[in-house]
Amino acid sequence: MIIEDRGDEAEVPVRRIRFTINGEKKAAEVEPRLLLAHLIRHGLRLTGTHTGCDTTNCGACTVLVDGQAVKSCTMLAVQADGREIETVEGLATASELHPLQEGFKEEHGLQCGFCTPGMMMAAKALLDRNPDPTEEDVRWALSGNLCRCTGYQNIVKSVLWAAAKLRSEG
Amino acid sequence: MYPSRFRYEAPQSLAAAIGLLHDGGDYAKVLAGGQSLVPLMKLRFASPELVVDINNVPGLSYHRAEADGTLRIGALCRHADLEHSALLAGTQPTMAAAAPLIADPIVRNRGTLVGSICHADPQGDWASVVLSLGGSIVAQGPDGRRSVPVADFVTGPFQNVLEPDEIAIEATIPPAAGARAGGYLKLERRVGDFATVGVAVSVETSGSVVSRAGIALTGVGGSTIAANEAAAALTGRPLSAESISEAARLAAAAARPRTDHRGSAEYKRHIVATFVERILDRIGQPAERAA
Repeated sequence: MIIEDRGDEAEVPVRRIRFTINGEKKAAEVEPRLLLAHLIRHGLRLTGTHTGCDTTNCGACTVLVDGQAVKSCTMLAVQADGREIETVEGLATASELHPLQEGFKEEHGLQCGFCTPGMMMAAKALLDRNPDPTEEDVRWALSGNLCRCTGYQNIVKSVLWAAAKLRSEG
Repeated sequence: MYPSRFRYEAPQSLAAAIGLLHDGGDYAKVLAGGQSLVPLMKLRFASPELVVDINNVPGLSYHRAEADGTLRIGALCRHADLEHSALLAGTQPTMAAAAPLIADPIVRNRGTLVGSICHADPQGDWASVVLSLGGSIVAQGPDGRRSVPVADFVTGPFQNVLEPDEIAIEATIPPAAGARAGGYLKLERRVGDFATVGVAVSVETSGSVVSRAGIALTGVGGSTIAANEAAAALTGRPLSAESISEAARLAAAAARPRTDHRGSAEYKRHIVATFVERILDRIGQPAERAA
């Protein structure tokens, strides 16, 4: 990784971590203060995960760690050692969009798109444990993710669309 | 934003973690859920030289009731564990009411109850809830364990009585003296915001008489406030319209709110009284609670 040259690199403690990201096994050498969001965006060049507020409010940086939604700006990269991480890049296959991505397209669940990756990952965590959520379930599950464009209506519809599609696929 | 440089250790045992803290002195911090500590480090309000991550210490994720009814909540029990707990839903109404109101659902996956109480933010919800239940924090250090009532544990904003080489390993809630009822209400501008006002009320009744009551307030003073006089107004008699309105009045008087961007001091005091009444009215009329 690129770091600022302050002439004191020898003193920087670096840790070697191993993790799985979107099904691929990786290893990295990280400074303990590196945040998971920065490892994902800068180290792995997976820029679908966005950093918005950087203060644990907005949820744009939401990824799944061992299946649980986590704000990756508020977790140290060293803590990902031995974990499985899923980001928005892991949703689609080479040929097909994930039903959540289809849902956001069909129901116009985004405008500027900045919050969308975080919304989708928070929604994925919900649908993984509750395949048939009510509208209220969806609203509560997404209450840690902020959107300044849509007013949330179409995001909620998109998630419900995806839930129905996933159920019909069995 | 990223934190200042620090040494990171992730020990596999409590003894090793305590040893690291002992050697690290005043410049060490314990990392559990990290949902307060990591933001503070990013903002450089906290710049510890050593971070002792206890997430690899086994056996701290529990919450369980002992045979005598004492509830124990381990240092790595997440808010989400408590939110989805059948044990809490069945036996701890004040805690069950508060759990879904902590921060937001994503933060609840990482953050911990014990960490929240140690952080001692005057706007933290759990300290009020556990205070209203007469709970304690169990701290472990090189010389053994000690239990400190939350009333004595939190000494001011972001201050607690832990020694630099002690780790808060669990919170304990004593068994109820009778039937337990209660609630937690929180006024927030939006989900995930800190409480404008939070009120925890816990009541234990034997027959129709209140045998023990606890009322604690979030966000309306320099630290979590125990409204002991308000609780005393409920104790030793059945809940009645008079005792409820007396408790509400005394709780509002115990609040020390400041006017800020979340509302005026007068408004916050009014909300304290309203919330105390609302929780106690619901306890008195369980049929209406379902409506």
